[in-house]
Amino acid sequence: MKLCDMTIHELAALLRAGEVTSTEITESVFDRIDQVEESVGAYVTTARDQAFEQAAAADKRLLQARKRGSLSDISPLMGIPLALKDNICTRGIRTTCASKMLADFVPPYDATVARRLGDLGAVIVGKTNMDEFAMGSSTENSAFHVTRNPWDFERVPGGSSGGSAAAVAAGEAIGALGTDTGGSVRQPASFCGLVGLKPTYARVSRYGVVAFSSSLDQVGPITRDVWDCAIMLRAIAGRDERDATSSPEPVPDYCGSLKETDRDFTIGVPSEFMHSGLDSGIRELIDNAVRALEDAGARIVEVSLPHSDYAIAVYYLIATAEASSNLARMDGIRYGFRAEDAHGVQAVIRQSRSEGFGPEVKRRIMLGTHALSSKHYDEYYLKALKARTLILGDVKEVLEKCDCIISPTSPTVAFRIGEKLDDPVALYLMDVYTTIANLSGMPAVSVPCGTLKGLPVGAQLIGRAFDEGTLFRIAHLLEQACGESVKRPPLEAMKGGRDR
Amino acid sequence: MTSDYEVVVGIEVHVELATESKVFCGCRTAFGAEPNTQTCPTCLGMPGALPVLNKRALEFAIRAALALNCSVADYTKFDRKNYFYPDLPKGYQISQYDCPIGSNGYMDVDVNGESKRIRIKRVHLEEETAKLMHAGDDIISASHSLLDFNRSGIPLIEIVSEADMRSADEARAYLTKLRSILLAIGVSDCKMEEGSMRCEANISVMPRGSEQYGTLVELKNIASFRAVHRAIQYEAARQIEIVSSGGEVARETRHWDDAKGETAFMRGKEEAHDYRYFPEPDLGPIVIDRAWVEKIRGELPELPDAKAERYMREWDLPKYDACQIADSADLSDLFEKTCAIVGEGREVAKWILGEVMASLNATGIELSESKLTPELFAELIDLMTTGKISGKIAKSVFEDVFSNGRRPSDIVKERGLLQISDVGELVTIVEKVIDANPGPVADYHAGKERALGFLVGQVMKETRGRANPQETNRILREELDKRA
Amino acid sequence: MSISKEETAHIAELARLSLNESELAQAQHDLSEIIDYMNKIAGLNTDGVALTIQPCPVANVWREDVVLPSLNREEVLANAPDRQGEFFRVPRIIEAEGADE
Ligand SMILES: [Mg+2]
Ligand SMILES: [Zn+2]
Repeated sequence: MKLCDMTIHELAALLRAGEVTSTEITESVFDRIDQVEESVGAYVTTARDQAFEQAAAADKRLLQARKRGSLSDISPLMGIPLALKDNICTRGIRTTCASKMLADFVPPYDATVARRLGDLGAVIVGKTNMDEFAMGSSTENSAFHVTRNPWDFERVPGGSSGGSAAAVAAGEAIGALGTDTGGSVRQPASFCGLVGLKPTYARVSRYGVVAFSSSLDQVGPITRDVWDCAIMLRAIAGRDERDATSSPEPVPDYCGSLKETDRDFTIGVPSEFMHSGLDSGIRELIDNAVRALEDAGARIVEVSLPHSDYAIAVYYLIATAEASSNLARMDGIRYGFRAEDAHGVQAVIRQSRSEGFGPEVKRRIMLGTHALSSKHYDEYYLKALKARTLILGDVKEVLEKCDCIISPTSPTVAFRIGEKLDDPVALYLMDVYTTIANLSGMPAVSVPCGTLKGLPVGAQLIGRAFDEGTLFRIAHLLEQACGESVKRPPLEAMKGGRDR
Repeated sequence: MTSDYEVVVGIEVHVELATESKVFCGCRTAFGAEPNTQTCPTCLGMPGALPVLNKRALEFAIRAALALNCSVADYTKFDRKNYFYPDLPKGYQISQYDCPIGSNGYMDVDVNGESKRIRIKRVHLEEETAKLMHAGDDIISASHSLLDFNRSGIPLIEIVSEADMRSADEARAYLTKLRSILLAIGVSDCKMEEGSMRCEANISVMPRGSEQYGTLVELKNIASFRAVHRAIQYEAARQIEIVSSGGEVARETRHWDDAKGETAFMRGKEEAHDYRYFPEPDLGPIVIDRAWVEKIRGELPELPDAKAERYMREWDLPKYDACQIADSADLSDLFEKTCAIVGEGREVAKWILGEVMASLNATGIELSESKLTPELFAELIDLMTTGKISGKIAKSVFEDVFSNGRRPSDIVKERGLLQISDVGELVTIVEKVIDANPGPVADYHAGKERALGFLVGQVMKETRGRANPQETNRILREELDKRA
Repeated sequence: MSISKEETAHIAELARLSLNESELAQAQHDLSEIIDYMNKIAGLNTDGVALTIQPCPVANVWREDVVLPSLNREEVLANAPDRQGEFFRVPRIIEAEGADE
């Protein structure tokens, strides 16, 4: 196995033992990038020179720590090549949100998550492709290029964190960060056979992460296994004085809790999620996963989320309302795209936005503007905030008697590129299982649970607020029970790649 | 202004708070810094940057709310006010919509001898916009504009009155006292010339005695208290003219042109914004602890009403005079500093409400723009109360002090205006006057008291008003009686 | 269509997006379809239900009034599409529209 295909914890062990260097790992990753990136298109920007500098610095620190016997003070992320979704601001590296609007934007500041990874010695490989401003579920809405699913180049990697998922699946990064507003970490993780976590709302700082929907957005890891996911969450979680909504809850040692052998979990299966319209193949895999958890010692109970049918409508009303305001700062005045021949300042704002945003972003801004407009505020926005309370109530009630809720992550496997482009409602409905975690703020993880016609399928586990530890332990059980078959895309198929 | 109509005025004031750092980021707030040097991702509205509330800004807003007799909210939150303008970096202003920090307050003002209560609807906290400068003469002819974000994100409080004012005088009295209160509690420097205090007025007119308000016009760009007064008078007259000739006032926003002394159309109601207010998801709720509010209340300094009472107590001032001075930060500052040097509170108050006010009204300037200082003023009062110059001469000297800042003692010396109180000198002059006016002297001796006044006048004429009046009276009687 | 052409144009203007005729028609069509779907929440009874503004609200988060370093001016202006000396520059403000607070 190549270094670039190994997990963070495997590589961390090798680095500590002095058996490999970060520079070697980074070389392996960039070799893979050279080999497959043209076919995959995971990245918007790679930061090769900076990455090798960071790798050299990590090697130096590892060497010193080994000499001083202080390896235990060093993060398992030291020297590990990671990728960041391109809506996470990086000082000195352009941050585009895959939009023409920010194509040349170089932030003079780091997002807190980027700074935390950097402080721990991680190597930043580059910035990954995404749906423009994180609006989409396929990464086809990127203003730059499509990203292909490493399992099948004809298919999407999911979205909006499709570039991050594709990079990790293809060995172009060891792990990655994405952002999840309505499923944008979990769904691409599911499509690419990876573990993807949306942490509890407020668990991870949003400072420097370009906002889509402030009350729904969370940064989350996309990794090759649960253990790696735990390592990455521990690195990025915790109160940040720059994000007033970040939680002061202490961050536990998630990896420590993974070693616990307690299997006395209660897992809820929501009846609403296992019925209408669910692909029978996916249903079968989820049923298998449930049985596997039961076999491993968990108690399975049927539960109900009576308001879940409203989740998509509520989600899109709130998300687009907040987005319409969050994206108002994109006006072509202080940074970003400015239309050439606009006369008058309002014309500059109007034309820059019209030319700088892609169609899906404009559609959502308009939808959100509509929901907030004085005439419709009560019937849409306000109503959605109330409905959100009901949905949150459902989830809380279930989680009083269950340790987690299990469901599919997505109603389908990765779909074909171009297949769903022109039907917005159909695409929105794809988020049926994921949005409930964002609306309720609960942590949720997608774990591979099998393949369907050679394509990975993920199971979603939704846990209690700030109890990612328990969620990881259940996810780990599931991973051990049925994740093995999903570990890697058939890499042979990738060699030589296909023309884009 | 015809008396058939009544003016109805409500006022909205924005005041920059005197915190060290901005309301949602750590940038400095100092006025006059190099352009764009006090900015960061948050106050520039860069992608991903987030706000964190400055606790002192909240405390100042609570302090202002308490000083304006508002009830302070137990629970409050921030909301986004969405609109596009180049000086608004995020495309929305973080403000407060339905949970203002303070509400239902009031202020009592004294106008033309009457006390009047003006209700304050709300006091809320929000953020300042950037400074937009126009190349060329004005906003309309400018080919382009320049932006400095140093001002962006300075904390503001917005203070909204009910439409309780019925004249330009009342509006000015309200603003004067408001400024006095805000300065007293130290939350703002309230410098209208630097823009740290700005106001907008809502004006309508209605037939006297009516309860139905007329169509409301919003007035913007009012840059001084004098401008407030002029703008309201102008706008009220304009509306009365329209209404009394059978027309209808249009619901619109108008711009005060101070140079022309008139208001001009800015935008109509149909262009009114839809601000799409919604709760700011980047900031959590604020639960205001009652003990904290009471602590802030307990720490409030002396406010104008208490100050007026103290003036009444310490200097025995009439209530109206005490209020007139205490309600104005400028006047009470002059009053207290002058009294601290020279004492004589009653005399100082009399002069402030007489000569000082008259000069301010005549010149149309603010006290801070005049050359009058407490030191000069105290010297003048001292010259007068120690009998070195007469009240009449003091008045003739005042103008030079007020306009040119010259020392009263220098003026008096230069113009030879020192009062003559020397008995020998006065006796000589009195004898001369008696000798020169045998007729009136005879009249006096015949019992006509009025003749004495004439003779005093002659002494004054002889001394160009410098003779000490009491001494002159006494000596004149003495000398006349000698010759009886 | 659950949203009229006029309203679509109004929404676009509120959002400062300019749409040509065909874009406007497309937007009207798309928004109508989406709004039709959203309208299902009308059937949900939310009487007396509180609002959820944030899922895990943390109350009374603030900072002390302490000055922190600002960016240096070149960093501030580096991304500016147009600048003049130490200022951001924008074209004329044609409408004499006040900066409303
Ligand atoms: Mg305001
Ligand atoms: Zn700042």
